[in-house]
Amino acid sequence: MLSFIIRRLLLVIPMALLVVTLTWVLIRAAPGSFYSSEKKLPPAIEANIKKKYGLDKPWYQQYGLMMGNILRLDFGDSLKYQGQSVNEIIKRHFPYSATIGLLAYILALILGLTAGIVAALKQNSAFDYGSMALAMLGLSVPNFVLGPILVLVFSLWLFIFPPARWGGLMALVLPVITLSMIYAAYIARLTRAGMLEVMRSDYIRTARAKGLAEWKVLLKHALRGGIVPVVSFTGPALASLLAGTVVVEKVFAIPGLGNIFIQAVLNRDEPLILGIVAFLSILIMIFNLAVDISYGFLDPRIRYE
Amino acid sequence: MNEQNGTILSVKDLKTYFQTEDGVVKAVDGISFELKKGETIGVVGESGSGKSVTNLSIMRLIPEPPGKIVNGDIIFNGIDIRKLSIEDVRKIRGKRIAMIFQDPMTSLNPFLKISSQLMEVTQLHLGHTKEQAYQHAIKMLKTVGIPDAESRINGYPHEFSGGMRQRVMIAMALSCQPELLIADEPTTALDVTIQAQILELIKNLKAEFGASVILITHDLGVVAGMTEKIIVMYAGKVFETAPTAELFATPANPYTKGLLKSVPDPAHEEGTELYQIPGLPPDVAHLPPGCPFAERCERAQEICVQEFPPFVQINENHYSLCHFAKEVYAESVAERENKNER
Repeated sequence: MLSFIIRRLLLVIPMALLVVTLTWVLIRAAPGSFYSSEKKLPPAIEANIKKKYGLDKPWYQQYGLMMGNILRLDFGDSLKYQGQSVNEIIKRHFPYSATIGLLAYILALILGLTAGIVAALKQNSAFDYGSMALAMLGLSVPNFVLGPILVLVFSLWLFIFPPARWGGLMALVLPVITLSMIYAAYIARLTRAGMLEVMRSDYIRTARAKGLAEWKVLLKHALRGGIVPVVSFTGPALASLLAGTVVVEKVFAIPGLGNIFIQAVLNRDEPLILGIVAFLSILIMIFNLAVDISYGFLDPRIRYE
Repeated sequence: MNEQNGTILSVKDLKTYFQTEDGVVKAVDGISFELKKGETIGVVGESGSGKSVTNLSIMRLIPEPPGKIVNGDIIFNGIDIRKLSIEDVRKIRGKRIAMIFQDPMTSLNPFLKISSQLMEVTQLHLGHTKEQAYQHAIKMLKTVGIPDAESRINGYPHEFSGGMRQRVMIAMALSCQPELLIADEPTTALDVTIQAQILELIKNLKAEFGASVILITHDLGVVAGMTEKIIVMYAGKVFETAPTAELFATPANPYTKGLLKSVPDPAHEEGTELYQIPGLPPDVAHLPPGCPFAERCERAQEICVQEFPPFVQINENHYSLCHFAKEVYAESVAERENKNER
């Protein structure tokens, strides 16, 4: 088990480097650059700046420099935000995204698991059809629609929650709900399907034949097998949630990482883009590793060596 | 109470139907039988004949919907199981009636330790504490012949072989000393050598625990040495019922005769082609009005296709569902005498 974790962690390094390299190539391949704004800089100044950031060197030297920096986990300074290092920017904005993302996922888990389990137990009942229709709706309504609607109803009409900006628990409510709905809907459907499959299996019949009450059959015998799909989903879902979501951060004016990322791309702020991409890819890989490890706890048949 | 005449289970005119897109499937259609205390009966039939559904009905384990017990009495020790609330049925399940299922590979929960799966039964029904349940579980594993039970109890099902898993299932089923044990094809998924061991184990434990047993199987060889009485099922109906020895010696139903003939006899049939009953079991959703076996029966007459056959009593304990039951019986007796003369 330990050697499995170490091997997987070691694998994170080349994977992250590969992702960063691909990103670097894409940035370079796209036409234009940070300096190609409408207001042209005087050639002498541009040359000076390029020299400062090492952009006057041939591409392979630039690439080598970048890789060296990244291996030291130092992404340099942002081009746009003068005098701020990429690391500082990530450190400052990540907590906003992480807070909202984590809360949203917890809410999604509570809603999704409950709805999915009850729907599976009462298959083909009114609750089943109702909650699954709602889940379908949750999946189909994009959050740039849901967010403004919630703001309209709960902020502008009912004055319950603030419509935007960071500050206080109340301000978290609407963005968290907006963000969680799609995930809640997805988890509900995954849970229902997983539970239905498990409830049909022979060992559930055995459990019933022992005289166990239905809730015990469900919680002790069925749940572990039934939520495996949800666990698989959690890794990538949680990673992308924590890393910030552009739309919700935009709608609610939250200074999260997602917003910064988009800005960085629009600004062609190469160090910042590479820094965030590397950060996200490491985050995703670590969450996937966590999911793989938790399989082992969930299902004793899975062994790592 | 029925206890004075020693009947532990009496099933009368049981009908369990399934609602499917294809129509109503009459999986069990009017089954009646009685089981005496300490007796073992065998329920024999091809796949889909309703053997398992009959026994799941006794435990009220039919998934509902689509299934439903539409008619009949299931009297267990004077209790009408059909009239009980589901909570009261749960008090009987696992405690007074226990089941062993066909496939030990899938019937144990792969996510839970053996100990936990064994302990929950006695904790539930006998009020055992964790420690008591644990010790009892070890004792049961030893009883069913699992070596090194003290350490293996902490293992998971996938660490056990098929035969060992079936032993665990048996230990689980017997841990509350049930009065009735229903074994649903307990050896079908096992190697032939293991089959004999498991059957022997059930036989011995039955004597030790004093349970009555219903043994469901499609293998006549399995029931031969184990049971006092046999019920032959076909298309949801009892086709023949008789004491084991009599059923083997002088069957009174063409279907039973076919089944018996299908058992290979290497000593006498070397070189000859294996016998099989022609055709396939009928689609129970669309049964013809006549005898459901008529299409495959060697001696089917016009009447067999037209009319549903009567349940003919041959002698005190021997019944057969056939228009020609008496004739078939007479033939069997004659064949028997011929064989004995030779």
